[in-house]
Amino acid sequence: MTDAAVHAVNPGPDRPVRLSGRQISKSFGPAQVLFDVSIDLHAGEVHALLGENGAGKSTLVKILSGYHQPTGGELVLDNASVSFADSEAGEKHGVILIHQELNLAEQLTVEENIFLGREIKRGWFLDKAAMRAETARLMDQLQCDIDPRTRIRDLPVSDRQMVEIAKALSKKADILILDEPTAVLTGREVDILFDQIRRLREQGVAILYISHKLDEIKTLADRVTVLRDGRHIVTQPVADLEKDDMARLMVGRDIRQMFPERAVPDHADVVLSVRGLSVTGAVRDASFDLRRGEVLGFAGIVGAGRTALMEAIIGLRDRESGEIARNGAPVSIRSLQDAKKCGIAYLTKDRKGSGLLLNMDMRPNLTLLALEKFGRILIDRKAEEAALEKAIEAFDIRAADPKTKVGDFSGGNQQKLLLAKVMETDPDIVIIDEPTRGIDIGTKSQIYHFIGDLTNRGKSVILLSSEMPEMLGLSDRIAVMAAGHITGILEGNDRNEHEIMRHATGISGKQGVSVHE
Amino acid sequence: MSSAERTKTASSGGFSIDFKALGPFLALVGLFILGTAINEAFLSGGNLSNIFTRAAFIGIIAVGATFVITAGGIDLSVGSMAAFISGAMIVVMNGLVATLGAGIETVLLGILLSIVLGVGAGAINGLVSTKGKIEAFIVTLGTMGIYRSLVTYMADGGTLSLDFDVRGFYRPVYYGDILGIPMPVIVFFGVAVAGYILLNMTPFGRKCFAIGSNEQVAQYSAINVDRIKTLTYVIQGLCVSLATIIYVPRLGSASSSTGVLWELEAIAAVIIGGTMLKGGYGRIWGTVVGAIMLTTIGNILNLTDAISNYLNGAVQGLIIIVAVFLQRGDWQRKKSK
Repeated sequence: MTDAAVHAVNPGPDRPVRLSGRQISKSFGPAQVLFDVSIDLHAGEVHALLGENGAGKSTLVKILSGYHQPTGGELVLDNASVSFADSEAGEKHGVILIHQELNLAEQLTVEENIFLGREIKRGWFLDKAAMRAETARLMDQLQCDIDPRTRIRDLPVSDRQMVEIAKALSKKADILILDEPTAVLTGREVDILFDQIRRLREQGVAILYISHKLDEIKTLADRVTVLRDGRHIVTQPVADLEKDDMARLMVGRDIRQMFPERAVPDHADVVLSVRGLSVTGAVRDASFDLRRGEVLGFAGIVGAGRTALMEAIIGLRDRESGEIARNGAPVSIRSLQDAKKCGIAYLTKDRKGSGLLLNMDMRPNLTLLALEKFGRILIDRKAEEAALEKAIEAFDIRAADPKTKVGDFSGGNQQKLLLAKVMETDPDIVIIDEPTRGIDIGTKSQIYHFIGDLTNRGKSVILLSSEMPEMLGLSDRIAVMAAGHITGILEGNDRNEHEIMRHATGISGKQGVSVHE
Repeated sequence: MSSAERTKTASSGGFSIDFKALGPFLALVGLFILGTAINEAFLSGGNLSNIFTRAAFIGIIAVGATFVITAGGIDLSVGSMAAFISGAMIVVMNGLVATLGAGIETVLLGILLSIVLGVGAGAINGLVSTKGKIEAFIVTLGTMGIYRSLVTYMADGGTLSLDFDVRGFYRPVYYGDILGIPMPVIVFFGVAVAGYILLNMTPFGRKCFAIGSNEQVAQYSAINVDRIKTLTYVIQGLCVSLATIIYVPRLGSASSSTGVLWELEAIAAVIIGGTMLKGGYGRIWGTVVGAIMLTTIGNILNLTDAISNYLNGAVQGLIIIVAVFLQRGDWQRKKSK
């Protein structure tokens, strides 16, 4: 408790306990995922829940909010034993869980979603004016510029998150559980969210906050509970723990080195060069070179055009203009099939939506991109099995049963499988978009080392990430984009957070600057 | 994971009956037992041969439909397409009699025409829905009307009849047999085996599964989604043409009522067989069993007076709903809770 100032603002655990889980156990069939876990949520406290993927965090919060029933132990609400038959019962008692996968009806508008199932009525009819006014008030309170009449499908993911929070607020949540709310938010949106969480805390709301991001927990939470392999490891004031301590408690071992040691390539050959590439409405005159064995980072705020630029390079988007050369020779890439032939592979950031077939097991997923390698006329199943065995070994994919559908995998295992899938084509250039979104710290480090191995084997990597530590820890050079332009390519000592932000916000760098030959 | 653990997982799954995989087969066995109980004659060679022969038309078309549905599409035009191809075959073969006579050349040209029309009609369905970005339901609803009215137009509202001599020559394609097995059953079996290999063992089949389960993942996996989807409609068209080739010698005629509701029977056979209507999972053997089941129901109703034969459609409808309910497997999980 060295930092007295922090403690003055952070209400301590002396506030009354609102909701407790006592000796909670949970089994799904024969598999036990929680073992006698106890947790107390105090009014006016932000309680962080920390653990690797598969540690049992999501199961625990689903039990606390009524989505699952515990197989052992009990819930205590305001000192009285309670049991929630379903999530509705939980919500009636003011316990609201905001899921990692957002639960919004995409075809409905923001206001319709917020009042879904509890519409305000006047007589027999819906009182749309009242609902709109209330939605506008909530959006105002969240400092969000979202029109209540917008359809959810037209909103970016970050705005959808805000809609979920507004919905919870409108339900008068006084025990709010957030499952990784910042996974899809940008820096500014994270700040707004944190302000909201702090405000709710002042109002006496008990908040349980799941995150993998230790920085966030350090800045936001009062106490932290760490779970590992379904067991309670520790509950302590955040002020007593350093980030390294938290990481160690979570993983159960020291993470010796987060990022791989890599020999920085010096004057290596240019394997990919892009000149004057434009995409209507998204990218303006982008030029850059990629060298053998290097990691070229692409930084920028959401909407700066990074993904659009990459999709244009691999033929998923129409290019308005621009040339692409591989090893100095111009190439024409009009489809992903062309990109594959040119040795360029793309790892999507949306592993569930466009990366993996969630209803299938690992084998067809692994070989889908490189199917011709496993037989042109008939698929060689033995070769597939062998490739799968190799991939499981090489990328440390942990699946209890190889027949499990990949939709039931943890995010980390899905990401490893996706990486393995892309590497089946043996590409020279790998474009990786958000490699560690929603992944725990141990697996993150593993994926960083996989990326390091690729470059050591002479492959080149383009990295798109909104996480500053991985951008700085992995990239040899960092191209920064703002409003569709590459505003600068940072090398050496310029690769720091400050310079990146200056370029990303357009303070530094010329709009439309090109790389010098 | 050790190999011992792996065996354990595998064997523990084997104890419970996998209704999803075995359901259609068990239901068919049940129907056969029911049929035998109602009438001894059910299991006679003649009756069984009759069931399988009748099942062949819908079955062959349904094998094609399995590809379309597995890849996330639907084809409503197959019944009209069959009628149109029948009509065109009859018109052309009748016209050829004058120059080529009622022999092998005329019949072979008729068969060739059938294949060209089937493949062409399938390609149209596929290309319009993929390149034109119109939902397959709409496109094939449209072509369904077009083919139906084309055959009505060709027959001038009446019936087209195949030249008597050609019919005599062509007859064995339906009525003939090899080693006692009727020709349609042989074709049906051949189509099913080819369909099974194509769907389950080739890259093309794998791509159908991928597109049906998530088109965007397929696209990001460098699969030419439009081409594969179009090919599934071409396969469907080819299957319709094969079914038509063995159908024409049966009656030797075609009219506006030929092949009515075949599309729904084919889709029903596919769904009873365990293929998912939303795509991503398909089973050829299930489809074969589904087609045989539908025919068996009609056959049993013919053999008994307990239920009117006019209720055939109602019983089939009931079976379809029950089959899908059982396959979903929810009821099993609920029971175990």
